[in-house]
Parts: sequence; structure tokens; C-alpha cells
Amino acid sequence: MTETIEIEVLGKKDTRSGFGEGLLEIGKRNKDVVALCADLTGSLKMNAFEDEFPERFFQIGIAEANMMGIAAGMTIGGKIPYTGTFANFSTSRVYDQIRQSIAYSQKNVKICASHAGLTLGEDGATHQVLEDIGMMKMLPNMTVIVPCDFNQTKQATIAIADLEGPVYLRFGRPSVPIFVKPDADFQIGKADTIIEGTDVTIIACGHLVWKSIEAAQELAKKGISAEVINMHTIKPFDNKAVLDSVAKTRCVVSAEEHMINGGLGDSIAQLLSRSNPVPQEYVGVNDTFGESGTPDELMKKYGIDTANVVAAAEKVIERLVTGPT
Amino acid sequence: MESNEIAKVASQVRRDIVRMVAAVSSGHPGGSLGCADFLSTLYFDTMNHNPTDFKMDGRGEDLFFLSNGHISPVWYSVLARSNYFPVPELATFRKLGTRLQGHPSTDHHLPGIRMASGSLGQGLSVGIGAAATKKLNGDDSLVYTLHGDGEMQEGQIWEAALYASAKKVDNLIATIDYNGRQIDGDLEDIISLGNLTQKWQAFGWEVLEMGGHNIDKIRATLAKAKSLTGKGKPIMIVMATEMGQGVDYMMGTHKWHGAAPNDEQLASALGQLEETLGDY
Repeated sequence: MTETIEIEVLGKKDTRSGFGEGLLEIGKRNKDVVALCADLTGSLKMNAFEDEFPERFFQIGIAEANMMGIAAGMTIGGKIPYTGTFANFSTSRVYDQIRQSIAYSQKNVKICASHAGLTLGEDGATHQVLEDIGMMKMLPNMTVIVPCDFNQTKQATIAIADLEGPVYLRFGRPSVPIFVKPDADFQIGKADTIIEGTDVTIIACGHLVWKSIEAAQELAKKGISAEVINMHTIKPFDNKAVLDSVAKTRCVVSAEEHMINGGLGDSIAQLLSRSNPVPQEYVGVNDTFGESGTPDELMKKYGIDTANVVAAAEKVIERLVTGPT
Repeated sequence: MESNEIAKVASQVRRDIVRMVAAVSSGHPGGSLGCADFLSTLYFDTMNHNPTDFKMDGRGEDLFFLSNGHISPVWYSVLARSNYFPVPELATFRKLGTRLQGHPSTDHHLPGIRMASGSLGQGLSVGIGAAATKKLNGDDSLVYTLHGDGEMQEGQIWEAALYASAKKVDNLIATIDYNGRQIDGDLEDIISLGNLTQKWQAFGWEVLEMGGHNIDKIRATLAKAKSLTGKGKPIMIVMATEMGQGVDYMMGTHKWHGAAPNDEQLASALGQLEETLGDY
């Protein structure tokens, strides 16, 4: 059986621009939304919000710990602060501030993090955080969202204003295909099944969703029917979407621009080990730091490209046949 | 409230502190005793606040954030004695299931607390944020914060110091409990703060100095601080205190920073502190 999978591509843009547009939009709709930035306004595409609402924009300077504390304090009195900086400086640099003043204190802060993962590119490993999903999903009270394209990042940026509580929203730098419809209904905690299939389930987040779509197209040419699920919300996790799919396919591949340790794949494995143990393969960065290079070069070198998803799918299907190794 | 009445509150607060920490053989009596006069004055005289109808968002009332959360006993006692929650609840301090956690927490919904603290250095940023929201809301009430002197060794404090003056956060009154002692010893021996007043002045703050055990002077300094708000500068009060103030054997040493008295020591402490409002 050979078939072609068609996914309509609506254009190509960076997800951070989706954040910038979403922030402006939610700023217009909700006067309690305020934005804070640690000297990366241009990189985070927050200029439009700053221009439109200068009194609600707070330039903190290069002081991320202070930014998280100020954001936490601003919630007292009803503001909804969106903080913006690179993902590394949004998480590992300020983990204790987030832990105590935001997560433990249950403050309504939206931590918006750009330039996540390897695809930040040439700046190298100091800036390429690959541990942030793990760090943030471990925090009680924290919602973790990793949208896949421009439209979905915009939708998520708007949606999180209505969720009372701390949120980590992770997006990136490079220009990537847009395939989520502009009017799609984004629901926090509800995964999107993009391609239905029967032989293997591929569950991805962020930039790896498009790679997984490409992988499913490749697999289809080989007669393998892959289901592709966009798990844009890492926490709370859509258990039902995973369990329903693997009940059909009996094997799963996780795909993420993140360390294998602690990421999306771990969340899937935790669920399946308790509810329905099936073979799983992991596409992610395997316990190593990145380096300088173009996004495409880095994704290839560190094993998170389309070909890696294809290979993982074939391997997990093979394991289903051969049994435990 | 008159100074002699505030002094009575502070005496009872000191009794509460030593009894609370003795009951669970843990907690931080030294810094708590040292801030009893200041916090009693702040809550019973200076701040405009609403103890019997606590609301997290604090609109229209003055806010207080304890950045050095380990001196929670003094704060809990002052909150209870101000009617934020029943005084007998002080007996649950640090016990399983309590709202009076070892370090202040919002997770357990104790009225009066709007932010967790304990990991040091974070409260000044929080106060700045709350002050910014008050301005956005057109709310002209004030934000107060309290910090330990050892806490000045945290970098985030100086990020916040820089920001507050650059952005003219002038509805914020911060206070440093300058008792000169920290858990490992005398502050001068650990990491000297040099000339602390000049440092804050150099960061662009309006700085006031006061002794922390003369209630008349605390009231006057806080009144002056309030009069200086709205003039483009954040305000810092450098408050000289004695760790362990009121209990002779706890004074003059860092050793009671984080140690509780035994039964005999408790009896000695209580013998030095007048019961003014009734023990819980």
C-alpha cells in the first residue's frame, strides 16, 4: 500500500513572530495584560506591543531574576504579566525565582521563552537550552506549552491569558512551515491529531511536529501508516490522546527538540508504563550539549531531523515484531 | 496607636516568638526578636490595611512583603495579633498540616501572606512589581518590604536596586534589618557590606537610618519615609537592630539565628518578657 499524505502549507514564519502578534492581540483584548522584557524586545518580537501600549510595557534590562520577581509581584492587583527572553534565561537562569515566587506562590505569570533548543543556531550551546521542558514540567502548578508553528504560537499566546496560573510557553527562532489554520481552535491540554494512521504513533511538539509530518509522508511511501499527534501541551498531558492512539498502533515514537532526559518522551513513557506498556523510541538530543551551526545542520548532527523520525518509526515497528531485545 | 501601646504588642510578640520556636525545637528566634518592634509598629500604626477581610490582590491597601522569610515567627505573631487569623493558631507553627509553614507560603492560604519567601533575595523585586501594579491601577497606597542584612549578599537585590531607582519606583519603602549577624557568624567576617547607606544612596535611593528598638523613632522614621514617597525615588530604611533583642542570652551573638531554646532557656526568656496581651 503506497499513498501520499497532503498537508497544506500556508507559508513560512518563525514561531516567535506568532508570539509577538499574539501578544499584541491579547493586549488589545485584555487591558490587564502587561509585558516585561529583559533587553531582547526585538528578538522576542515584542516591539508592536511596546509601541501600542508603552505604559504596559516594562523594560527590565539584563536582569532576568529581577524580571521574574517583578512579574510575580505585578499579579497582586490583577495584572497578567508576560515575560519575554530567551528560553535559557527564562528557565535555568531563574529557576529558583520561578519556583518560589511564581510556581509555589501560584502567581498568574506567563513565562514566554524564545530561541529554545538547537535551532537557535550559530550562538551555540550557551544559549541552546535543551533542558527547559523538563525543568518546567517538574514544577507543581506550572502549565507547559510548546506550540508547533506561527499560527499555533499566536493562538497559544492569546489562550494562556484566560488560564489562571503560571504558564511556560516555549517557541523558537527559525522560520518554519505554517500548517495550523489561522482560525483553529487551540485548547490547552488537548492534543491535535494531524495525520491518522495505524502502524505507529508519532507524538511530537514544537519544531519536531513538522519533521514528523515529513516523516509520515516518507513512511507512507514505504507503505507504513503513521499517526502524527501534535502534543502542544506537555503539562497537563493529554493521556487520552496517547492511549487511544497506541491502542490502535501498539508502538510509539516521541520527537522533540529537547534532551531525551526529562522531555516529552519521558511524559509518554510514564503514562504508558502505567497504563499500556508498548515499545517506544525517542527522537531527541541524547545527553549532550549543542554547538554553533545552522539549524538544519544541527538538527541533522544531533539526530532530531526527519530521517531520525523515520528511522525511529521503522525501528519501533521492528521491535513490535521481534519482541524485547 | 500610641508608642507605649505598640511596645506592649511587641512584648507579647516576643513571648509568642520564643514559645513558637521552643514548641517545635526549630525556627529562627534571633532575627524575629530583633524585628518585633519594627513589625509591630508597621502593622499597628503605619500601614493602612484590612486584617479581617484579607484579599490577595490588596487593592486600596498598603502591602507588606517579608523577603527574609526565615523570621516568619515575628510575622505570624504580628499577623495574628492584628486579627488576620486566630491567635491560638500560632501553636501550630511548623507542625504537619499547618498554615504557618516554616517559611511563609501562599500555598496554605494563611491570611496576610501574598508571596512565598525563604529563598533569599527575591522580595525586593516582588515589592517593585506590586508597586508597579498599584501605579497602573491608580492605587496610591504603598508597598513595604523587609530584608535581612545578610540577604544583601544576594545578587538579585542589586538588580532590583538598580531598577527601582532607574524606573522611579517611588511608592515603595524597603527596610533592612541591619543586625550585623548571619547564620555562619558576624556579617563583617562573612562578607562585609561596607558602607551600606552609601551603597543604596549610590544606587539612587532615598536612604533613612534608624534604630530598630525605639518605637517613637521607628514611628517618626516611617512617617518621614511616607512623606518622601511620590517624589521620584524609592526609599530604603537602614535599621540598626540587635539580633535576639529582649532576651539577654540571645543578644550579642549569631548563635540564636536559627536555634530554638530548651525548656529552661524558654523559662528564662519568658521571665524577661512581659505578658501584655495574653499568651495563646
